[in-house]
Amino acid sequence: MSTLHTVNKSPFGNATLSSCLGHCLPGDAVLLIEDAVYGALEGSAMADQVKARMGEVALYVLDGDLKARGIDAGKLISGAKCVGYDGFVDLVTEHDRTQSWL
Amino acid sequence: MSDIKKFLYVNRKPPYGTIYALESLEVVLIGAAFEQDVSLAFLDDGVFQLTRGQNTDAIGVKNFSPTFRALGDYEVTKLYVERESLEERGLTEGDLQEITYEDEDDDWEEKPSIRVVSRAEMAGIMADQDVVLSF
Repeated sequence: MSTLHTVNKSPFGNATLSSCLGHCLPGDAVLLIEDAVYGALEGSAMADQVKARMGEVALYVLDGDLKARGIDAGKLISGAKCVGYDGFVDLVTEHDRTQSWL
Repeated sequence: MSDIKKFLYVNRKPPYGTIYALESLEVVLIGAAFEQDVSLAFLDDGVFQLTRGQNTDAIGVKNFSPTFRALGDYEVTKLYVERESLEERGLTEGDLQEITYEDEDDDWEEKPSIRVVSRAEMAGIMADQDVVLSF
């Protein structure tokens, strides 16, 4: 049993990603969409907190939102996986529930 | 398989700055008609929704906080409040309004609906649901 968590707010103006990381469980996945994609940037003030959970929680970033914001995938935390809308759908089907952190 | 699903309504916003909190409560009340296993979670700024003594006279919007006390009549009796979220905001359980329900399985004894839980317990409650609705 696992959960897909989606987050859509930038972690630099809003504690939503932080709260999500504090509540997800091993085996869960976190998908960053919309302004939350900035949360996957390597070297940011948020990076250590994200990386601290990545051993047990999978991190995904929605590719279209990344490209829209001009963020190259090479700038992301190592291990973060880019997915398209099809990958988003796959993640929804692979987990038992989806929790969107608004 | 049972038709009854476990629904969790997650409340993470304060009560009056946006419409989220009121909308959540509206959806909970509508959803109560479907006789599912409903729980509410209050964490982060969502804990501010339950403070006692709210008075909205000066801001011209409806004070919906008394409505939480009616949830028991709709068999919504599990209001989980995260302890760390309270502490981070300088609040204790005593700062929250009292919300009770009458337990039909225990001679209608009046019992508290608010259950203060740790962050780890809250994570477990979230993982135990069929459906999670966030506000």
